[in-house]
Amino acid sequence: MKTGMLAFIIRRALQAIGVLLTVGIIAFAMFRFAGDPVNQIVSLDTPAAEREQVRLSLGLDDPVPVQFARYLFRAAQGDFGVSYQFRQPVSDLLAERVPATMELALCATIFATVFGVLMGVYSGLKRDSILAKVFQTVSLVGISLPTFLIGILLIYLFSVTLGWLPSYGRGDTVRIGWWTTGFLTLSGWTALIMPSITLGLFQMTLIMRIVRAEMLEVLRTDYIKFARARGLTTRAIHFGHALKNTLVPVITIVGLQFGSVIAFAIITETVFQWPGMGLLFVQAVQNVDIPIMAAYLMLVALIFVVINLAVDILYTVVDPRLRTTIRQPA
Amino acid sequence: MSQPVLSVRDLHVEFVTRRGVLKAIDGISFDIAKGEVLGVVGESGAGKSVTGSAVVGLIDPPGRIAGGEVILSGMRIDNLPPEELRRVRGKRIGMIFQDPLTSLNPLYRVSEQLVETIRTHTNLSSSAARKRAIDLLAEVGIPAPDRRIDSYPHEFSGGMRQRVVIALALCAEPELIIADEPTTALDVSVQAQIITLLKRLGRDHGTAIMLVTHDMGVIAETADRVAVMYAGRIAEIGPVRDVVQNPLHPYAKGLMGAIPSLEVETDRLVQIPGSMPRLSAIPTGCAFNPRCPFAFDRCRVERPEPIQRDLHRVACHLYDETTIRAEALA
Repeated sequence: MKTGMLAFIIRRALQAIGVLLTVGIIAFAMFRFAGDPVNQIVSLDTPAAEREQVRLSLGLDDPVPVQFARYLFRAAQGDFGVSYQFRQPVSDLLAERVPATMELALCATIFATVFGVLMGVYSGLKRDSILAKVFQTVSLVGISLPTFLIGILLIYLFSVTLGWLPSYGRGDTVRIGWWTTGFLTLSGWTALIMPSITLGLFQMTLIMRIVRAEMLEVLRTDYIKFARARGLTTRAIHFGHALKNTLVPVITIVGLQFGSVIAFAIITETVFQWPGMGLLFVQAVQNVDIPIMAAYLMLVALIFVVINLAVDILYTVVDPRLRTTIRQPA
Repeated sequence: MSQPVLSVRDLHVEFVTRRGVLKAIDGISFDIAKGEVLGVVGESGAGKSVTGSAVVGLIDPPGRIAGGEVILSGMRIDNLPPEELRRVRGKRIGMIFQDPLTSLNPLYRVSEQLVETIRTHTNLSSSAARKRAIDLLAEVGIPAPDRRIDSYPHEFSGGMRQRVVIALALCAEPELIIADEPTTALDVSVQAQIITLLKRLGRDHGTAIMLVTHDMGVIAETADRVAVMYAGRIAEIGPVRDVVQNPLHPYAKGLMGAIPSLEVETDRLVQIPGSMPRLSAIPTGCAFNPRCPFAFDRCRVERPEPIQRDLHRVACHLYDETTIRAEALA
């Protein structure tokens, strides 16, 4: 079993490398697509000889494949070049911003999963109750309202009108090594509440709807009927037998959505001026800061690939039937 | 004669639908004695499975028990509160369903499902319950039960899974086993093994068995008595030998006549003309009258009540005193 799992992970890792290479090509192509990089580095009155000097020093006279190989080689070591606007290494800029986005995405996902599963199970089990119908209606709102609108509404209500929660920023953060965290201060937590809800609301309604549909599906199966015929308690049937069978699709959604949550944090971060990667990316787009955009692209691709792999491994933990398929690949 | 294990008195089951109330079971009565096997036969939709579900109280809305009594060893169980009825299910009545491939929860080991059921109904410790589970698997004929017990359902063949399902039904030494088409989904060779197993278990433990099937061969081999159902009623009930060799009800005659014989060569298989009415369109009078070759005026207006004739009980006007007298006069 161990070797089968290892082979599976290696196979998936090779696929992941393929995906990252492709994204690397796209990211690299951006540099050339957006015009001559030299023009973006030098000022307007730089003499031609000096421009040539810059071109040579950056290796821009080498053939394109060589440049691409060099870009990938450096990217693999975490070197994404220097930001045009900040004149700082892109990797340092990203590292500074990663904790803010990760903590926000984590809180949003936990919020979405906990409430999504609870509401989904409830409306699956008591689908005719009034509360279940309220959940269904609210979830429709959550799915149809755009993120920025929800964020602005929350700010209007809780920051402007009631004055309970801060409307922007992360609050006070504590530095642990290179990571800055908002989890250790009260203002950090209060600053997290509204952005997390804004970012997680869509996922929450999605998870709720999927859990509800899966619960209804599973409750109709023969093994649930048989479990009832064996006289098991309602509690054991609902939460032991039914809920566990709804988990596979939930893991898929939570996993894949976690990537989206990170990627689409852009809007939430803009609304709440959250100092994360998304905000950095928006600034980069406004200033045509290609190195940041390219690095962000590759980072998001990496996150997606890692999450997908983790989701596949998690499946086998939940569903024993998949362990056999992995052990004996068809 | 001692008290019957199961006694069903004038049971009615209805399904409330948008198009009105459908009578799935329309006043049936029967007894099963200790150690006796009652076969219940009929076409699809005759109400065989609904009868089994009604006895254990597993009729889900929109279905409901609309009248009658279900008495288990002298105790009325159809009107018990849900929680007490749950304690009866699995403990005093075991159930076996048609498809062993879907009856077991795919995500739990066989040991977990057995131990869970045993511990729900007894005070055994988990190690004692596990020991009992291994004994049960040995009893239903699973080789090397101490190793196989920790397998997942998908690691067993269909026949082996049905043995596991039977072991689950036996967990608390029930007085009655309701086997709903236990062999339909299995290979013919495996069917015989399962039937032999059921018979042996019934004999060894004195368990009463209600065997629901549409397979006359299975009934002839296994049952002591047989009830022939048609459109939610019992057309004829009696000792299996009499009913098979000398059926009285025209429908039972047709059913027995439809069994192909090896001794007489035939080109065409015998069949009963027409098909069973839908629940929404049960004819007035005797439900079988449109298909019955012997139907006369009375059959079209008046519903026949069961009449005792020797060892049979038959619901047919042909055996009513007045009809017989009229025939004698004619």
